[in-house]
Amino acid sequence: MSTNDRGTVKVENGRYRFEGKFHYGYPNDPIRNEDGELMGVTNPRDLTHVHMYGGEAPFFEGLGQGKLLGTRCDNSNCEANGSIFIPFRIHCPDCLSKNTIVDMTETAQKGATVHTFMITERTGAFNTLPKPIRFVNVEFEGVPTILMGYLSVGEPKIGMKVIPIFNTTNPTFTILDLSWVPEETNETELPEGYTFG
Amino acid sequence: MIKFSKRQLKTPKMQRPVYLVTGGMSKFGRSIPEKRTEELVIDAFVEAAEFIDKSPAELKEYIHSCYYGHFADHFGDQLLGESVIHDRLGLDPLGNVGIKTGGATGGSTLWEAFKAVASGYSDCVLAMGWERMDEVPTDEGNNYIASAADKDWETPLGHIYTGYYAVMAQKYWQVFGKEEDSFRQTMAEIAVKNRGYARMNPHAQGPMDITVDDVINSPVVAYPLRALDCCLMSVGAACAILCDEKTANELTDNPLEIHVAAGSHTLRVADRRDMEIPLLPNESPDQYKDLGNRFPGGDRYPGFTGFLAARMAAYYGYRMAGVIDPVEDFDLVELHDAFTISDIQTYEDIGIRPYGEGRTYVESGDCYLTNPKTGEPGKLPANLSGGLIGNMHAVGATGIMQAIEIGQHIWGRWAEMHEDQSKWDLFGRTKPDDWTNLQVDGAKRGLAISHAGVGSHVTATILVHPDHQLERNES
Ligand SMILES: [Zn+2]
Repeated sequence: MSTNDRGTVKVENGRYRFEGKFHYGYPNDPIRNEDGELMGVTNPRDLTHVHMYGGEAPFFEGLGQGKLLGTRCDNSNCEANGSIFIPFRIHCPDCLSKNTIVDMTETAQKGATVHTFMITERTGAFNTLPKPIRFVNVEFEGVPTILMGYLSVGEPKIGMKVIPIFNTTNPTFTILDLSWVPEETNETELPEGYTFG
Repeated sequence: MIKFSKRQLKTPKMQRPVYLVTGGMSKFGRSIPEKRTEELVIDAFVEAAEFIDKSPAELKEYIHSCYYGHFADHFGDQLLGESVIHDRLGLDPLGNVGIKTGGATGGSTLWEAFKAVASGYSDCVLAMGWERMDEVPTDEGNNYIASAADKDWETPLGHIYTGYYAVMAQKYWQVFGKEEDSFRQTMAEIAVKNRGYARMNPHAQGPMDITVDDVINSPVVAYPLRALDCCLMSVGAACAILCDEKTANELTDNPLEIHVAAGSHTLRVADRRDMEIPLLPNESPDQYKDLGNRFPGGDRYPGFTGFLAARMAAYYGYRMAGVIDPVEDFDLVELHDAFTISDIQTYEDIGIRPYGEGRTYVESGDCYLTNPKTGEPGKLPANLSGGLIGNMHAVGATGIMQAIEIGQHIWGRWAEMHEDQSKWDLFGRTKPDDWTNLQVDGAKRGLAISHAGVGSHVTATILVHPDHQLERNES
């Protein structure tokens, strides 16, 4: 059985259109102990979930175009009025009004700061990032929240200035299309497919 | 800045008092291939019935509704697993509901059970929790656990939950621990203590007789966290029976009053916004004014270093029970020691120590049964069960296990439940030659903290001997 003919999905007229194969079942195996007694069975299968980004779609599209989008509450009656949210929040968490999309690329390029970080060799199944992963949590001027991401060049340190890079060549349309590098990094040092936007 | 309204901060007021009558636990292990989850749940239930000299059938006659804590459905590939358990316990047609709040699931299950009795809906309820994370390969398990983080913004980053927590540990380690060797040593002491206490517990999965150096030399998981700084991953079950006063006294001579409160915070740490520190009864508004001077980088609250959910669970819970100072008012605690460093963070969130000074709870010796510095009883022994590091973290069962352990101390029956050779034999475990009774003499009140992941949910369960209630300010 192969997954080469794996399925694709489109949305047409407000409906999902599935084409191709989405799930693969495999025969189960018995599980026995040292004495040959039956303990259980395996339940192997491959499957694909479909997931909509909804109001966050512009953010994930933007990454592939070299843009870091945030949102802002523009409700003048709200305590959070003027607050910029990264992670991108579709609605203001206080007044629940629809936020305005704001382009934060330039703010981030002027120098975001590593609030904290972590380096780990351990990953879970389906990880696609090279190991070790250098997690960095990044603060921006004028943004009350702290975004999680990963560092692609150099070693992280609290307080270090970083700038965003984007997978603009072959985007995955996931959060992995956004990464960070130290401020003075050269374009030649970036991982394949990534640019400064 | 986030602000909370007066209504949001109201002290919960129940319709009637609620009592813990009994509880029981299964064996805990990394894997238990010879038993289905249903069998482990029955083991826990039978222990709870026997604890009050009832047969399982007799105890079941009292139960009116059931609360089931089980976090990770996807591990078992069985939705409505609660319904399977409910049927195997023979509790149909009673109403039942599943509760899921990550690592806090056990505590949240008690919270729901508590409210069901307090409201008058039921006079006697079952709170049962379990978890089974052994039936997938380790890397698939890591992915499944990581799916409790935000699936678009976090999970793709390595599919490894430890990493999402570890960034917080790093921040605390640098800002409040100041990367000092002495702080590293204090973290290690917690791991030594809890694994050592686990040696006296026949249920425990991770007993170890180790030293501080063993912890500091264990492999790095995500610096500064090392393998021996981290909690266990377990299979097992635990249950508690909660009743109103009348029913409690029919079932036992010795019920304990129980209060449960809960708090929450953003699933993504990235979404946390700054606020003023909500104060516990033993804190004053000006005591944190210079926190940022004493600990540069530590002036952002809760930032990445405080658990607001734990603070709020204590905020509500202490006021419900009349607790002013946890060190004075409690005789023991069971804390959610997922990692040694998060244990230290929690001391501050729940007011055992002020923010920034959590380490001194360990360094003073207060957290031990016998203070190693003075040879006197510790002021507030912590995690005598072995905690999550030494005993177990069978997620849905953990918060319930903690409450039962505390109950056994207040009932003065800790030794009875941990010493008996037949239990060690039943679980296939060797009782150590130097087995020691960890009973806290004269324990009257205790606290259990149940905590989810990076702090999305936390509950505070408070148990009080009815003859030793604290004065409550009814304002
Ligand atoms: Zn708003």
